[in-house]
Amino acid sequence: MILINNDTKLVFQGITGREGSFHTAQMLEYGTKVLAGVTPGKGGQKTDAGVPIFNTVQEAKDQTGVNTSVIFVPPSFAADAIMEAVDVELDLVICITEGIPTTDMVKVHNYMIGKKTRLVGPNCPGVISPGAAKVGIMPGFIHKPGKVGVISRSGTLTYEAVHQLSSRGIGQSTCIGIGGDPIIGSNFIDLLKLFNEDEGTDAVVMIGEIGGTAEEEAAAWAQENFTKPIVAFIAGTTAPPGRRMGHAGAIISGGKGTAADKITALRAAGIAVSESPAGIGELMEQILNK
Amino acid sequence: MNIHEYQAKEIFRKYNVPVPKGGVAFSVEEALEVANSLDSNIFVVKAQIHAGGRGKAGGVKIAKNLDEVSLYANEILGKTLVTHQTGPAGKTVSRLLIEEGIDIARELYMGIVLDRQSGKFVFMVSEEGGMEIEKVAAETPEKIIKEWIEPGIGLQAFQARKLAYALGLEGVQVKQGSKFMFALCTAFNASDASLVEINPLVVTSSGDIMALDAKMNFDDNALYRHADILEFRDLSEEEPSEVEASKFNLNYIKLDGNVGCMVNGAGLAMGTMDIIKLYGGEPANFLDVGGVASPETVANGFRIIMSDENVKAVLINIFGGIVRCDRVALGIIQALGEVKVDVPIVVRLAGTNAEEGSKILADSDMDFIVAQSLAEAAEKVTAAIEE
Repeated sequence: MILINNDTKLVFQGITGREGSFHTAQMLEYGTKVLAGVTPGKGGQKTDAGVPIFNTVQEAKDQTGVNTSVIFVPPSFAADAIMEAVDVELDLVICITEGIPTTDMVKVHNYMIGKKTRLVGPNCPGVISPGAAKVGIMPGFIHKPGKVGVISRSGTLTYEAVHQLSSRGIGQSTCIGIGGDPIIGSNFIDLLKLFNEDEGTDAVVMIGEIGGTAEEEAAAWAQENFTKPIVAFIAGTTAPPGRRMGHAGAIISGGKGTAADKITALRAAGIAVSESPAGIGELMEQILNK
Repeated sequence: MNIHEYQAKEIFRKYNVPVPKGGVAFSVEEALEVANSLDSNIFVVKAQIHAGGRGKAGGVKIAKNLDEVSLYANEILGKTLVTHQTGPAGKTVSRLLIEEGIDIARELYMGIVLDRQSGKFVFMVSEEGGMEIEKVAAETPEKIIKEWIEPGIGLQAFQARKLAYALGLEGVQVKQGSKFMFALCTAFNASDASLVEINPLVVTSSGDIMALDAKMNFDDNALYRHADILEFRDLSEEEPSEVEASKFNLNYIKLDGNVGCMVNGAGLAMGTMDIIKLYGGEPANFLDVGGVASPETVANGFRIIMSDENVKAVLINIFGGIVRCDRVALGIIQALGEVKVDVPIVVRLAGTNAEEGSKILADSDMDFIVAQSLAEAAEKVTAAIEE
């Protein structure tokens, strides 16, 4: 597994928000060590689940030893929350928040250069290492411990793929939603690098979608460097150009970012691409049985 | 969000980016009024729609006197323009921009867009103005010169000079061009734009640099802090059913097919459209009802989908994560009590409490076609169309 495991010690930024107590309970139930919450102005209190709340991420880190943060704060405060977590040198920040302005993320992206922290997201379902830890909003029970990694720009489509894997008895090492925004912390290549080094991962499912050229770049990198099989699916073959398909980053603009281009690039790199979103699990099963 | 050319030019003026004198007109009378005020003997009548390629489609005319302004305004207002960006149905013109005519010496290109790979905005210029820039980028990428804007530092003078020289500007024009670029950056940053394009940017015969055209797009996620820009939204440029859907916070995009779909999550919604096509159907829409899928959301979803007369069947695909499928099933039944849907409905529920959900649907007295897997759902919905 990569990114999160049994040693993950989590701080929840925005723990007293609308979804805070629900997701805290869900993550605790899965076995994730949620050691602290941060909501400025509510330091010294405790959540219903007994998690101590701090005013700053620094205090939370000093007093509980957290190494990972999950961010649920509203979009207008999210960039600031990410930078606060980066500033205190947590290992990993996972930002769930959807709707952060692009210019804010340009700022964050620049702020993070040369810093220790890795960012996953924003606008993502989070990360899960089945059986060890869940940091995010995905339904834990559809996952199964195993040796296939999953990297995806989507949320529910990732659940669909995981469901197909689990129902075939194929477990997952770590599943990561990298987010549907134009600027994200970790891209396909960043995570393929980690899966390449991870002994607990034998193969990877990569789910892309229209917009940008991240899949093309990943295909070129994987051809040269990645030693394990990849099964890919690209959503949006039927998406019209110039329209934002739900995710801020899912848009074909200036003739760039089509599903057809991505599929061609992936196949040219020797990556198996499923034409159908229903065929991801089956294709992985075939490849693992070879 | 997109805005009209005349609105982008209003923003340009506010930030001292030079543009021709002109104004918007909604009628022939207003067109004449604007033309009269311009103190010019040549005028340009430009159709204002949210699409490029207006010139080729007959939406831009040069008028040599006020009579011609009247003639062309009359001709273009109410006309439906079909360009490479409007789709085959075209767009009807209800606004004109009337401008003074400019004596053009050279046509250039200038733009600022996001470079996702570096996470920075990139300033682009080209001497190939007046052409489709996508074509230039694809065929002769070396003719587009780029400088990346450092966040927090902004475009530097040396970068602006480099771009000015790349545009073939000379003498005092280099300074004027740089000043133009700094002003454009300020306009871009101050409004949280996601794209600005000037095509063509012109050098006039007297040597001045001016934005003859102006296109700006904005980041929807940042509009909450720009009430002034939100006022530029022209609802008549948007698909009415999409405007309606946005009132209910539904993410809906109308397409040309006949299989309506309702899905939770954007990626899965796209995937569902794709699989409908793979099984021989044509998706009628993209619709992401979000994570909750409450009875109210589902009912609104049905209303929007069924407002499209082409829809001959509906596929509901919900992957229950946080949301429980038994609740979604009850929501669908409740919604159908409120909205009449007289086409076959295929429902596929997966994830949390999927079995309970499917059972509720099967046991109800309504006529659902229940599917277990995504492939089965696509097969059943396309079969339902063919019947």
